[in-house]
Amino acid sequence: MLTKRLIACFDVVNGRVTKAVRFQDNVDVAPAEELAGAMYGAQIDELIFYDIMASAEKRGIDIETVKKVGGRVFIPFTVGGGIKDLNDMYEALKAGAEKISVDSMAVRNPQIIADGAKAFGSQCVVLSTQVKRTEKMPSGYEVYIDGARTATGMDAIEWIKRGQELGAGEICLNSIDNDGTMAGYDLGLIKQAQAAVSIPLIASGGAGAPEHLTSLFKNTDAQAAIISSMLYSPRMSNNYTVWELKKYLTQNGVLVRPAKKTVRKATC
Amino acid sequence: MMIKIIDYKAGNAPSVSHAVTHLGYKADFARSPHDLKDASHIILPGVGSAKATMESLREMDLMKALEEAVLRKKTPFLGICVGMQILFEHSEEGDEKCLGWLKGKVVKFNSEKVRVPQMGWNNVRFIKNASCGARDDFFYFVNSYYARPVNEPDLWGMAEYGDSFAAAVCSENIYGAQFHVEKSGDAGLDLLNAFLKLKGE
Repeated sequence: MLTKRLIACFDVVNGRVTKAVRFQDNVDVAPAEELAGAMYGAQIDELIFYDIMASAEKRGIDIETVKKVGGRVFIPFTVGGGIKDLNDMYEALKAGAEKISVDSMAVRNPQIIADGAKAFGSQCVVLSTQVKRTEKMPSGYEVYIDGARTATGMDAIEWIKRGQELGAGEICLNSIDNDGTMAGYDLGLIKQAQAAVSIPLIASGGAGAPEHLTSLFKNTDAQAAIISSMLYSPRMSNNYTVWELKKYLTQNGVLVRPAKKTVRKATC
Repeated sequence: MMIKIIDYKAGNAPSVSHAVTHLGYKADFARSPHDLKDASHIILPGVGSAKATMESLREMDLMKALEEAVLRKKTPFLGICVGMQILFEHSEEGDEKCLGWLKGKVVKFNSEKVRVPQMGWNNVRFIKNASCGARDDFFYFVNSYYARPVNEPDLWGMAEYGDSFAAAVCSENIYGAQFHVEKSGDAGLDLLNAFLKLKGE
C-alpha cells in the first residue's frame, strides 16, 4: 500500500535554511546540506528546497547548494526558485534534484509546465502555488506570486486544473493565511483541490502539531504534507522528531513509512 | 570494476551516480556503444516515457552494444523505473515497441481506482530468492505505468496500488526495479550494493 508522505521544506538563502512566518521575519537555522543530511538520517520521506531570493535577485537557482544536498540525500528531492526555462530545469536535475517546482514563473509563462513535462516527464514538474482566501474568486481562493506579495486575479482551483492539463505531475498547495500560524492545514482548500485534479496533492501551510497531520490525512485525500516549523523552527521550544510524528500517525491509523528513532536537537 | 550508467538527457543518471559513489564505487556514464565495451555492471536509470527512453537508446546507437553485453556476455544489468519497463515487449505509453528481453507488456494504472501517477513510498514483498539479495521494505515509486510479465518466474518483488503489480523483476543477469533504487533511502542503497556485488559470467 502506498503510504502518506512527510516532506520537510527548506527556505534557503545563501546556502542556509531560514524560517519565516507568513513570508516575513526570516530567522537563520542551519546550512542546507547539514539539515538535509539530518532529516535524511531521521527517515523523512522527501525534501523540498526553495531558493527564496532567486527570483527577487533575478538570478538562477543556487546550483552549488543543490549539488551539496543532492550528494547527501537518497530520497526524492525537489527544488524551486529562479527556474526560468528548460535549461535551468536540466541544470537542477543534473545537480541531483528529482523534481522541479515551478510557481511564479509558471503563472507568467504557463508553457514552462508543458515544456518541462515533455522534456523530463510529468513526474518532474511540481506546480507549487500560494493561495489566499478572498470573496472575489469563485473557489474563495486567489493565486499569489513573488513570495506571496503579488495578487494575480486568478482563481486557485482553476489554476491547478490548468496546471494538470498542461502536464504537471503533482500540485503543492500552500495556504498563505495558515502559513507559519501552526494552527493546522486549510482542509477546505485541500478538499476543493482533490475534487478538481486527479494528480497527487501536497498540503502546505499551518502544521504545528501531530494532530494537524492526522486531521489532514483522515479528512482529505492529500498524499503528502509539508512540515517545517514543527521540525526545526528555532523559535519553537517543542520541535518534533520525524520518529515522533510517524509514531503518532501510525498509532492513529495513518499508514506511513516507519522512521528511525533519533535524538531531538536544537535545530533538527 | 567498470560500472556504467547509461546517460540520456531525460534520465536521472546523476542521481544514480551520486548513490553509486556514496556506496564507495566509481561509475562512469555511457553515451556510446564504445562506452559499454568493458562494462562489469550496466545500470539504465529511468524517468520520462518509454518512448523517449527507447528513442534515446536508438539515437545513441546502443541497441547492439546492449544486446552484446547483456544477452551474450551476461553482464549484470539493472533497469530502474522506465529502465525496467522497456525490458518488456511493448509499452502502452506512446504505443512503443520495447527491448523484449522479458516477455510481457507495460500498461497504465486504472485512474478510476487510484491517483495516477503513483507517487510515494510503497511496501515491496520479495517473492523469490535472487542472486541479488533484497529484503521486504518501503521503496520510492513514481509511475503511471507498470509491467505485466508473462512468465511468473520473472516476478521478483510485488507491491499493491489498486491491484497487485510487479515492483521488481529478474531473470538470470537481468534485473528491473519499478521503484527508484537511488531514491529509496537505505533500503534502496542496500539493494544497489547487492547488485554491484554480482559477478558477471
